[in-house]
Amino acid sequence: MASDSTELASSAHGSAWRRQLAGALFGARSARGVPSAHASRGVWRALLGNPSALAGIVLLTAFIALALAAPHLFPGDPLDMVAAPFEWPGSDPLYRLGTDSLGRDVAAGIAHGTRVSLLIGASAAAIGLVIGTLVGAIAGFFGGVIDDLLVRITELFQTVPSFLLVIVIVAIGRPSVTVIALAIGVASWPTVARIVRAEFRTLRQADFVLAARSQGFSDARLIFGEILPNALPPVIVTASVMVASAILIESSLSFLGMGDPNVVTWGGMIGAGRDSLRTAWYLTALPGAAIVLAVLALNLLGDGLNDALNPRMRERS
Amino acid sequence: MNRRTRFAAIARRTAWQALPTVLAIVILNFFLLKLMPGDAADVLAGEAGSATAETLQALRAKFGLDQPVLHQLGAYLSHLAHGSLGYSPRYDAPVLQLILSRLPNTLLLMGTALGLALVAGVVLGAVMAHWAGKWPDRVLSVLALLLYSTPGFWIGLLAIVLFSVHLGWLPSGGDATIGAQLHGFARFADVARHVLLPAVTLATFFVAIYARLTRAAMLEVQRQDFVRTAHAKGLHPLRVTVRHVLRNALMPLTTMIGIHFGTLLGGAAVTETVFSWPGLGRLALDAVMARDFSVLLGVLLLSSLLVIVANVAVDLLQAWLDPRIA
Repeated sequence: MASDSTELASSAHGSAWRRQLAGALFGARSARGVPSAHASRGVWRALLGNPSALAGIVLLTAFIALALAAPHLFPGDPLDMVAAPFEWPGSDPLYRLGTDSLGRDVAAGIAHGTRVSLLIGASAAAIGLVIGTLVGAIAGFFGGVIDDLLVRITELFQTVPSFLLVIVIVAIGRPSVTVIALAIGVASWPTVARIVRAEFRTLRQADFVLAARSQGFSDARLIFGEILPNALPPVIVTASVMVASAILIESSLSFLGMGDPNVVTWGGMIGAGRDSLRTAWYLTALPGAAIVLAVLALNLLGDGLNDALNPRMRERS
Repeated sequence: MNRRTRFAAIARRTAWQALPTVLAIVILNFFLLKLMPGDAADVLAGEAGSATAETLQALRAKFGLDQPVLHQLGAYLSHLAHGSLGYSPRYDAPVLQLILSRLPNTLLLMGTALGLALVAGVVLGAVMAHWAGKWPDRVLSVLALLLYSTPGFWIGLLAIVLFSVHLGWLPSGGDATIGAQLHGFARFADVARHVLLPAVTLATFFVAIYARLTRAAMLEVQRQDFVRTAHAKGLHPLRVTVRHVLRNALMPLTTMIGIHFGTLLGGAAVTETVFSWPGLGRLALDAVMARDFSVLLGVLLLSSLLVIVANVAVDLLQAWLDPRIA
């Protein structure tokens, strides 16, 4: 609040009614928990104080570190044949997690797969968030015919089963990392749009928006400068869950053989290991365990964020 | 307003909203599919080994693929209005017939999975809410989150390793024992044995969702006055949880069933692949590979219709459960 009030004093030019107006403005904003520096410090403290959220952060950090270190830990192409096929984990000290049916190092595959999974997860979620936020913000802010139209389009995308939509879009383009991320993003924005729209519909009547409007702010400034920052908490919570589900969708896609054939992915490893499921089930189990841990980390973080950003939930538990 | 007029009003409203949605989906999907590189003639020619330009021309002319796109769309829509979903070049059969032959299998799989997920999810959620903050809640919360984070196809594959390969209790794929002419109860038992693993696999993710939802909804209801009154009357806590809290918490759950129906269908497609279950999802994936647009369009249309029907059913169910909803 301290930084807010100094900013206020300098901008208010001593005019009493303006200070009052701005007071109401910032009062309304701080009551809703603006993600200002102060509030976000509180969120971090709440996250670090929550054991499951902390576990999620540690796990996620470990995966990011693995993704960054993969080229140094396992130099060379992970799709190259390095040893005899079907070496069980632990039987060869050089390849601790064993080798697959073509003699490729499973550990190297998992490490390099982390890069693809996290990349696709993050960029798909980013695409979905941008589309969803724009659609939701415009629908909720303007209302009327625009709202009706956008809600209809949102419902359209929610009616087509999203996994089938992803498959169709990937089949239209080539199965490359970019196209897959785009497809998952395009299929996942409706959830965000609904959340953002609901927030905007309640917030557009708030006093601080009225105050900003009476100051003659443009619609774009009202949307992005005033309402959006206050509508962000539920979106942030959704973001981490979206990354998690994008990773799950990508793994299903590459398990079905529709992933990018030029990179090693966890789902692709499982799909390849499926042929030798009866004899070498570790080829299925190990990459799957990596998926579970990565997605679990993001979901733990999402739950922690939800508790930290949603005061109603916090007082309840 | 009596019950029948309320139901009629809901049915009318949804039909009015669903029709443009379905039409928009058909047209959108049609153009999406036309963007796909290659067509069924290419795939057929590729599988035949070789084809001259003339053969390809003849194939395209036979299936109407040489017409302008808008012309094709018009033809498709007019067929649709007559109740036909077109003809599959690959299977050499009407699409509707293909889809109808696979539909019962998918509905069986989805229905079983949904039933399992609902029962397990509600029970787990109720246990978690009743002991909220205590150890059963903590253990089950972790378990639910773990299930929520696990890809269904991976659970399915590991279940095959354990139950089919090592223990030999359950079959690893298919929808019935091949070649066995079974009738009556023996046939039912055979199908049940085959559907069990795929259904459990598909259900895991939704068990987690429903358990978490039930818990949240019950905690919401627990704060209301009538629950305090029930406690004050001296009712047994378990009775309050089941009769008063759980019943009122089921409402938001029904909404989520409608919303997640599309996800369930998508999950079924992957599960069907794992267990070689002859259903719609498998048909759709094969159609993508074969560039069999009419089949793919039919499956997309039908699955969208299924989602709409499921949501209408949920609306009607809610109107029946809660007379306040008009």
